[in-house]
Amino acid sequence: MWGKQIEAINPIDLTERALRFWEMNDHSVRIVALGSALIGLSCALMGSYVVTRRLSLFGDTLSHAVLPGIALGFMWAESKNNVSLMIGASIAGFLGISCISFLGRFTKISQDSALGIVLSGFYAVGICMLTRIQKMDYGSQAGLDSYLFGQVSALSTNDLIGIILALGAIIFFLSVCYKELLVTGFDPNFARSIRLPVNLIQYLLWMLLAFCVISSLQVIGVILASALLIIPAATASLLAKRMTSYLLIASLFGAAAGVGGAFLSFFGERLPTGPLIVLVSITFFLLVLFFRPKNGMFSGFIKSKGQSRRFAMENTLKAIYQVMESSEFKSSTIQKLELMNRRGISSGYCQKELNQLVRFGFATTSLEAKSQNNLPRELLVSLTPKGWEQACKTVRNHRLWELYLTNEARYAPDHVHEDAEKIEHVLGEDTVRKLERILSNPKKDPHGKLIPSLVDIQKGWLGTSELEKENYIL
Amino acid sequence: MKMSSSAKPIEVHDLTVSYQRKPVLYGVDLEIEEGSLVGIIGPNGAGKSTLVKTIMNMIKPNGGFVKIFGQTAKHGISRVGYVPQRESVDWDFPVTVMDVVLMGRYAHLGWLRRAGKADHKIASDCLEQVDMLPFSNRQIGNLSGGQQQRVFLARALAQESAVYLMDEPFAGVDAVTEKAIVSILKGLKERGKTLVVVHHDLSSAKEYFDHLLLLNMRKVAYGPVEEVYTRELLQKTYGGRLTILSEMAFESAGVRAIEKEVLGPKK
Repeated sequence: MWGKQIEAINPIDLTERALRFWEMNDHSVRIVALGSALIGLSCALMGSYVVTRRLSLFGDTLSHAVLPGIALGFMWAESKNNVSLMIGASIAGFLGISCISFLGRFTKISQDSALGIVLSGFYAVGICMLTRIQKMDYGSQAGLDSYLFGQVSALSTNDLIGIILALGAIIFFLSVCYKELLVTGFDPNFARSIRLPVNLIQYLLWMLLAFCVISSLQVIGVILASALLIIPAATASLLAKRMTSYLLIASLFGAAAGVGGAFLSFFGERLPTGPLIVLVSITFFLLVLFFRPKNGMFSGFIKSKGQSRRFAMENTLKAIYQVMESSEFKSSTIQKLELMNRRGISSGYCQKELNQLVRFGFATTSLEAKSQNNLPRELLVSLTPKGWEQACKTVRNHRLWELYLTNEARYAPDHVHEDAEKIEHVLGEDTVRKLERILSNPKKDPHGKLIPSLVDIQKGWLGTSELEKENYIL
Repeated sequence: MKMSSSAKPIEVHDLTVSYQRKPVLYGVDLEIEEGSLVGIIGPNGAGKSTLVKTIMNMIKPNGGFVKIFGQTAKHGISRVGYVPQRESVDWDFPVTVMDVVLMGRYAHLGWLRRAGKADHKIASDCLEQVDMLPFSNRQIGNLSGGQQQRVFLARALAQESAVYLMDEPFAGVDAVTEKAIVSILKGLKERGKTLVVVHHDLSSAKEYFDHLLLLNMRKVAYGPVEEVYTRELLQKTYGGRLTILSEMAFESAGVRAIEKEVLGPKK
């Protein structure tokens, strides 16, 4: 078999081994890759329906519940006959489903408890039977433990045919009943009201789920089968807004995880395939979770980083404006010291903020021409036209909002500053126009300070003489 | 009265429903004429939703029966458009607004056939009526409560049914949406449809509906608004239950087999 071949040519160059997998000249490699991919595909398709119906644990229960059936099928045929295993597993799966719905219908036990009971009960029976079989004459070499953890290298052509049949049945059912599945999943009560056989559809779905799980056991094993149902579908749920794209994305990730896992288990020696497929699948999930275009954690992080940087710069610009305002805009430059005092921050921190402003073209800095009283020369800051505009806008937003809160929303004047500190950064031009209209183009804020108008913003700074303004513009 | 046959759109006879030995409806009789706009009002826990769900064959009654156009509820409900309570579905489900409204066409399509151009046209028109056309490609989870309610209404409109049952369509919607829904209901009534609407606000009931069912476990009164909306009857509805009736109903419900609500997928 294939597993032995590897040992024979051991030790082997890793790249050569990788090449051997991807060239797929080996018959066994082809079977393994194809089988894993198809299983990933069919599990992802079924899993999409399991996950959107919030029945994730159900798939887990079903995959565990088929174990005694496999053992029974084996005892019956006294060999690893695929047909008898399939029949046994189907019966056990059906029994498991019946137990769950019986518990739900006739007892007060909640569904998750019912699932837990059936899962562990069937699994325990299955393990007992398997252990017993291992000790029988015909059972010692059956390799039934591969059903627990999956062993892709033992995949036979017969197994592959089973996988293809299950996948065919799944695709057929999903495409024929697409809209019925959609409506029974989204709103079962409505589906009943248009006289759809909701329970029948549900049972068919479960039977198919059982086939899907059974056909994939050889590759992935009983314990991890549910992972292949849930993870690709959960990945799709992060990206898709319609069922069609959901199915497509899930099956892509499922198939990719299958091939990836098979490759890794071929590549690394003596690594079990099932767990590797699950790990690849989880890696995909995490990648999507972090890097998906909208609402991804990574893009969200970048966005909030950029936003807090903008807020910080606007706050510095506002402080510069206020310093200039306190000297009635007599000078176009301020000292760094004044800014530090205004903001109540250290010299180093202030320098950082100023560097940021300079880098974005909001301000320029220069050293004093001559030091006063033999002190070190002071750093002077002046705003560029772009910086001036942004400073005016931020101050205007702040004061407009304060005025709006006191005049229209009837807040006390001493309650409005903190709120305005946040709102000033997010007011859009449209909202500003609206506020101005509502407040009939106000000149002063509630604290009696002038609100910079559009004219001020365009002209240059307030209070400076015409000459200076002209110089500035030049 | 324009009526082809003597069968009423909805007929409820001596209906008794209980949840796990707790009686919710007791001996309710009701006959609704074609073309009425009926409001079901009553206090919390009066069995308003239960009545609607029983008519929709989602709950099996302990006694009595429901007939829709003379047919049993099981067969008749295909002629009823249903607007469930908003909380009854999973809004994270991967469907768009258009997908949901198209579901209203499924009963007309039957098995195997997909929704065609004509169905999309009807669905778009229905979305237009509820002012939701610009949202047709949105995933339903990204809608506000009022918008979700409008989508449900559009789906019911797309069903083109003769009778509509609506379970609290005004719950948690803003005033604008409420006005919009009321005008759509009145428009449907003008076109000869029969509407039964569960409503919780007594003050607006008078102007929204032409018939009222006052319900508090039993039927207190049913009739045209001007006859039923009286101080005495409303007091009877909201003034607590008849103690002896409650007790006896409780006793008798205990004797019967416990019928469970047949809601949701059987698990």
